[in-house]
Amino acid sequence: MDNLLAARTQMAISLMFHIIFAVVGIAIPLLMFISETAWLRTRNPVYLELTKRWAKGTAIFFAVGAVSGTVLSFELGLLWPQFMEWAGPIIGMPFSLEGFAFFTEAIFLGLYLYGWDRLPSLAHLFAGLVVAISGAASAVFVVCANAWMNTPRGFELVDGQPVNIDPIAAMLNPAAFPQILHMLLAAYAACGLAVAGIHAFVLLRHPGDRFHRAALTIALLVGGPAALLQPIAGDIAARRVAVTQPAKLAAMEGQFETEAGAPLRIGGWPDPERRETRGAIEIPKGLSLLAYHDPNALVKGLNDFPRELQPPVEVVHVSFQVMVACGTFMALTVLAAGFLAIRQRGIPENRRLLQALVLTSPLGLVAIQAGWFVTEVGRQPWIIQGVMLTRDAVTPMPGLVVPMTAITLVYILLGIVVVVLLRQQVLSTTPSGATKEEAS
Amino acid sequence: MLELTCAVIIAVALNIYLLLGGADYGGGVWDFLASGQRAERQRELVERSIGPIWEANHVWLIAAVVILFTAFPPAFARIMTFLHIPLLLMLFGIVARGSAFAFRSYEARHDFRRRWGTVFATASLLTPVLLGTVIGAVAWGKLDGRVISFSVFLTSWLGFFPLSVGFYALAMVAFLAAVYLTVEASEADLKEDFRRKALGSAFFLGFMAAEVLAVASFDAPEILHDLTRTPWSWILHAVTAAAALGTMAALWRRHYHWARLLAGAQVSLIIWGWAFSQYPHLVKPDISLYEAAAPPLTLQLLLLALGAGSLILVPSMYYLFRVFGKIGGPPIR
Repeated sequence: MDNLLAARTQMAISLMFHIIFAVVGIAIPLLMFISETAWLRTRNPVYLELTKRWAKGTAIFFAVGAVSGTVLSFELGLLWPQFMEWAGPIIGMPFSLEGFAFFTEAIFLGLYLYGWDRLPSLAHLFAGLVVAISGAASAVFVVCANAWMNTPRGFELVDGQPVNIDPIAAMLNPAAFPQILHMLLAAYAACGLAVAGIHAFVLLRHPGDRFHRAALTIALLVGGPAALLQPIAGDIAARRVAVTQPAKLAAMEGQFETEAGAPLRIGGWPDPERRETRGAIEIPKGLSLLAYHDPNALVKGLNDFPRELQPPVEVVHVSFQVMVACGTFMALTVLAAGFLAIRQRGIPENRRLLQALVLTSPLGLVAIQAGWFVTEVGRQPWIIQGVMLTRDAVTPMPGLVVPMTAITLVYILLGIVVVVLLRQQVLSTTPSGATKEEAS
Repeated sequence: MLELTCAVIIAVALNIYLLLGGADYGGGVWDFLASGQRAERQRELVERSIGPIWEANHVWLIAAVVILFTAFPPAFARIMTFLHIPLLLMLFGIVARGSAFAFRSYEARHDFRRRWGTVFATASLLTPVLLGTVIGAVAWGKLDGRVISFSVFLTSWLGFFPLSVGFYALAMVAFLAAVYLTVEASEADLKEDFRRKALGSAFFLGFMAAEVLAVASFDAPEILHDLTRTPWSWILHAVTAAAALGTMAALWRRHYHWARLLAGAQVSLIIWGWAFSQYPHLVKPDISLYEAAAPPLTLQLLLLALGAGSLILVPSMYYLFRVFGKIGGPPIR
């Protein structure tokens, strides 16, 4: 494996690992906040127990996320020193703000987790709210920085060097808002439905359990609306990509020829040698309509770009299909749940629906991974779109395959441990929220 | 002036990281060294005192890194390129320490708890050595900007001086943690345990300081020269020595709050002694903070953001430490 590929793989694995912990840190605190509010209002102990259970899960995720985030902040420099030297003064600003958001999150999570019997109940609830808000703020700032790599702004190029640097303009780059909206909704939808699926699974075995019904209700309240709004956010993001990163859009859609009234391809496998996408269901004029809201709009194809500046189309197209498929299935499941809930005036315990929720459970996280593949691989071969090539940013350090392998193994191990510990947590709450120790 | 302010803030962040995050590693060192009848209770005390705060304490390191790459990108790129190996090893230490600590707290099975405890303690021992080595290497002056062969990725940090600084850092964090734990222990016998450990590590820290200076005399004579180049340096070292003696006296007479204050001052003065000796270099021998600085607008906005952020951060931090009895009286119940 050459050094560039090793560096890219290490970065990809570190990001894939960290994003799971990051989205949990964004969304689960909101679930805790809602549940704790319900406890304070109703004094129903089920909500208190639920809040504490979720808080325990969050604690594990937050600790691992804190260290895997540290790894990333160093890896930016360890793997891409040329990129950081160039981009640091331009996008350091959102990273600094993210630092503060993370600080706030860490402080208030400490208060929240260890402060149950030390803080007055409203102060405790407030600490939870601050955790939820600062978690979301972290995401906003980090995604700002990433969006800048897609649509670099806030500087002028003179002899390959940035001058007249304007960090504010860099932060408010055109991709920032669509990416932030898409990512925040993704975090709430993925975590909400992942949690809903876990509790639906227990409800299938223990129908009517009050603890898990309450959990399912709150999880759906957070995940449901986000999953329904996500297609709109995705549309906004894709239309921005069409304008700012046409090669990425062409790769997402497997569009080789430049064409007016381009079709929307569902599925299929793009063949970069024969320059065509085969096996896709084509909806005539669908792509032009979606990307430009005009059925006859001209869509630029990959063939219009020099071969060496085209992203790896197979990865991008397939990842995009996976993301859209997961998102669609999630939205449909939520629609079904909403329909049944309105008809039955309450959270339904329909077996079919619970089974669907279990199936949907991992899809949000899959969609997030696939979506980041689209964003990052779709920008290749650029690390800063149109400005710096990824291969020019990589460190001269040889033998990067060694740290790449080591990081991968460590993260696999950590992943297994987290799953085992969470399983302990979930299993110890069956049935009726009483922990096993309490029951015995 | 802007450049200098940003550089000072990096030193402040590292200083606070050492005082807070460093002491958390030191706690792990005492977990590693816990022995005798009270070993389990010592470990529990360490776990209780680190639990609520280590993640917040850890952010100071990230803050230093982020300010470095925003304000002084060439220095960041140089350090990250040449010190890839020790930094990577340090990251493994950080990951192992943090996750093992969390896993231990939430693991129900006893034998697994013990295993995670071992990982936590071992990683707490290795990480400060590597961080110290990185700082030592930055001062050592072998990161001179040319990648000739693979060997520069080793020779820029594998040497007597950087490694001495590494072990000096380990001594520092162990000393800090022991002193803090004399205050945080509520039972008399545990207080006595950590008083002995604190006194022992105070002597060890003094010994390590002498060792670093001795190594510097042959491996890094320039650093020795820089450490003593003005009368002010001598005054600084004299105050540091006074703080060290004061800490020991306070420990001896069981004035633990005084000991904690003086120990913090002592370690901070060591950091600032290093920072002054480096000035105006961020990375020896050739990256000065004035040449490496980002454009003024970037620095101004960075300082603005740091100022605004502190308005939220400082009171929150105070509240956190107050609630868990780290400052200003007993923990809130």
